[in-house]
Order: sequence, then structure tokens, then C-alpha cells
Amino acid sequence: MTQHLILAFAYVLFAPLIGGLMSGLDRIITARMQGRQGPPLLQPFYDVFKLFQKQNIVVNHLQMPFVFCHLVFAVITGFLFFEGSDILLIIFVLTLAGVFFVLAAYSTGSPFSAIGAERELLLMMGYEPMLILAIVGMFEVTRSFDIYKIMESPTPVIMFLPGIYIGIVYILAIKLRKSPFDLSTSHHGHQELVKGLTTDMGGTTLAMTEIAHWYETVFLYAFVYLFFGSNPFLGAAGVIGTYFLEILIDNSVSRTKWEFMLSSSWLVALIMGAGNLIPLFLINRG
Amino acid sequence: MAYFKKSPWLLHYDASSCNGCDIEVLACLTPMYDVERFGCINTGDPKQADIFLITGSVNHRNVDIIKNLYDQMPEPKVVVAVGICAYSGGVFAECYNIQGGVATVIPVDVYVPGCAAKPESIIDGVVHAIGILEEKHTARRSPAGKALSDFKLTDGYSNVKQGTEPEETGDESES
Repeated sequence: MTQHLILAFAYVLFAPLIGGLMSGLDRIITARMQGRQGPPLLQPFYDVFKLFQKQNIVVNHLQMPFVFCHLVFAVITGFLFFEGSDILLIIFVLTLAGVFFVLAAYSTGSPFSAIGAERELLLMMGYEPMLILAIVGMFEVTRSFDIYKIMESPTPVIMFLPGIYIGIVYILAIKLRKSPFDLSTSHHGHQELVKGLTTDMGGTTLAMTEIAHWYETVFLYAFVYLFFGSNPFLGAAGVIGTYFLEILIDNSVSRTKWEFMLSSSWLVALIMGAGNLIPLFLINRG
Repeated sequence: MAYFKKSPWLLHYDASSCNGCDIEVLACLTPMYDVERFGCINTGDPKQADIFLITGSVNHRNVDIIKNLYDQMPEPKVVVAVGICAYSGGVFAECYNIQGGVATVIPVDVYVPGCAAKPESIIDGVVHAIGILEEKHTARRSPAGKALSDFKLTDGYSNVKQGTEPEETGDESES
């Protein structure tokens, strides 16, 4: 128990470091895929430190507590995860963090932020069903909502849930704001959406959202680890493989419209998620 | 320690030009020149930008837009005028709709020569601008600078210039 608590506090302290390095590596790999050299590995840290040094212009002061709550709940999500809490609670806290982000964007009154916020809500509608199905699947295999019980399952959970894993990879692209689904915060600011959700954020607020994103990234890949958890080496290989796969997807597809995002993510949840669960139910209960 | 040197984010605005400089600015992002090596990002959001890169001469319609973008940028900020049009209006200087160079609207820190400006010289200009950005940052952190930076937000410069005839301005820099 204390071991888990130490791990949880280690997450709070070191997740930004790991998340930032993952983001830096992501940018280098992306650049190499495009035939460029790319920025230094520590570039995301330089960016965030610089943002803290900039003048903080806030349109509506309400934005600050919302962004702060987004960061805090992103931290709590991972804390609960590593502490070994109920996985259902963790997903609800994750959603709460997302809701605060949307509220922060709505509070500014900028039309670009408003479009970003609307699209973020659609994205949440897109990924939530698959996330819930994944938890149901993990429960069905291990008979527990406890993270460490799922992780200690004798055979890796992915053996029973291959379809659900594919579904998670699909929605991970949404959650990590990767290319086909970067509807709410566009990668490239010089486009029709400007910066979507974060259009009216600059300086400290943007730095805080960036750090929250690092926390979320680490949490999400820890969630992916659950699928391979019984063996640490297999787990590491699974996480690294998924990480590269997401970067590859990011670089090989262009942004979709929200209609496609919503219908396809629900279809994936239905086919991959339910298609995996129903046989599992039949075998377990039959 | 200041991190502006390592992470300059650009805001590119094309005033009324022939788009030659515009294309050269975008060429800087391609694998050939790859400015992201230096941490440069071409962001379209003035609230997140450090360097305001303007190409082309200013016409009467986009005066307010340029002022607006400049005011929305948080301190410290630097303006880079790319190409001869952004300096004096270039070949368009005599046109009925042209007000002149960028300096008729906002204070310019660096001029990049050329028609069209080469990607190499644009990068050179940005590197020059980063130095000024760093200077502005240290000036802003001094007690006097803090008071001054709040004052600058009030758009004093453009109000003074408004309504006056466009004039040829030399190497004008704001300190």
C-alpha cells in the first residue's frame, strides 16, 4: 500500500519530466518522418519556461481558476491511478479535467475558443464510450476495478481484449490531440481554427495547459501499460510500440471533420469494443 | 535565465504584398531550412507569439488589423519587417491605397532586406530579433521596466502616428 502511495507521489513529481521528454521525442520523430532535423529534445521545456516568463494577458479572469482546475484534476487522475484507486473513479476525474478545460475556453468569449470548446465536447463524446467499454472489458477479465489487480493478471489482459486495445489506440489519438482528431486545438496555428481551445491562452495559462497535457500523456500511456501489465518487459514494449504507432498515425493522415470523428469513434467502439465484449461474456457466463 | 533565445514563436502577417516574401517565409519551415531546429514555431495566435513577422506594405484597410495584432501580443515582443515593401512600400509605394512601410503603424525592430527576401536572410533577421527580444526581457524585469511595459500596452505609439502623413522612417527601434 505504501509502495503504491510512493509511486503516486513519484508520478506527481516526475510525470511532467517524463511527459515533456516524450513530447520532445515526439517532435523529433515527427520532424524526421518529414525529412527535417527537428528541435532539440528539451524543446518542450524551453517553450514552457519561456511561456512562464511572458506577460500574462487574460481576457476574463475566470479563465485562470478553470485552467488551474484542469491541471489539478489532470494531476489527481494520475495520482489516483498509481495509488491503485477504483478505475471508474479515475475515468470520471479524467473527464472532469476535460470539462474544466472546455469551461476555460468558453469563458474567454473568443469565437475561435468557442469553436474549439464545442469540438472538444464532441471529442469527449467520441472517446468516452470506448474508454468505458475498455474498463468493462478489464473487469470482465479480472473481476476487479482495481488497477494493480488488473496489472497482476496472470496472462496479459490484451490476450482477451485485442479488439478493445485497437479501440483504445483509436481514441488515444483523440486524447493525445493527434492529427486526424486535432479538431479542437489545431497543431498548426496558422489555419482556420487558429489555436482552437487555447486561442485566448498565452503565457502562464498556456504553460499550465501544456503541463496538464504532459500529466495526461503519462497517465494515458500508463493506462495502455495495463493491457500488457503482467510482464514489465512486455508492458514497456507495448507502450513504446503504441507511442510510435500514434506518431505514425499523426504524420500519415490529415485532419477529419467532426462528423467522421464522432461516427467513426462510435463505430470503432461498437465493432471493436462490443465485438470483443460479447464473445467474452458468452465464454465467461455461458 | 531567459528562454526566449531557445523558443521564439512567430506570428506571420502578410500585409499587401506580391506574396513573394510570404512564400519565402513559409519556405523557412520546409525541410531545406527547417527553422524548428531553433525552436521556432509559426503560430497563428498573437497571444502566443514573441516575434511579429510582417511582409508587404501597409494599406489603409489593414492598419487596424496590424495594430490589433501588435497590441494582442504579450510583452516582450519584437517586430520584424521582411522585404522592401515592409520597409517603405517598395514598388507599391505610390499606389493610392498604400500608406507605406510597417513603421507607419507600429515600431519595427528589425528590417530584412530583399525583394523577395531570401529564406537565409529571413532566418538571419529572426536571429537578430531574438537578441532584441532577450534585451527587452531583461529590461522588463528591472523595476522601471515593469512599470513601462504596462504603459506600452496602451498603444501610445500608434495613437501618435495616427493621422500623420506616411513618412520615410529609417532604422527605427524601440527601446
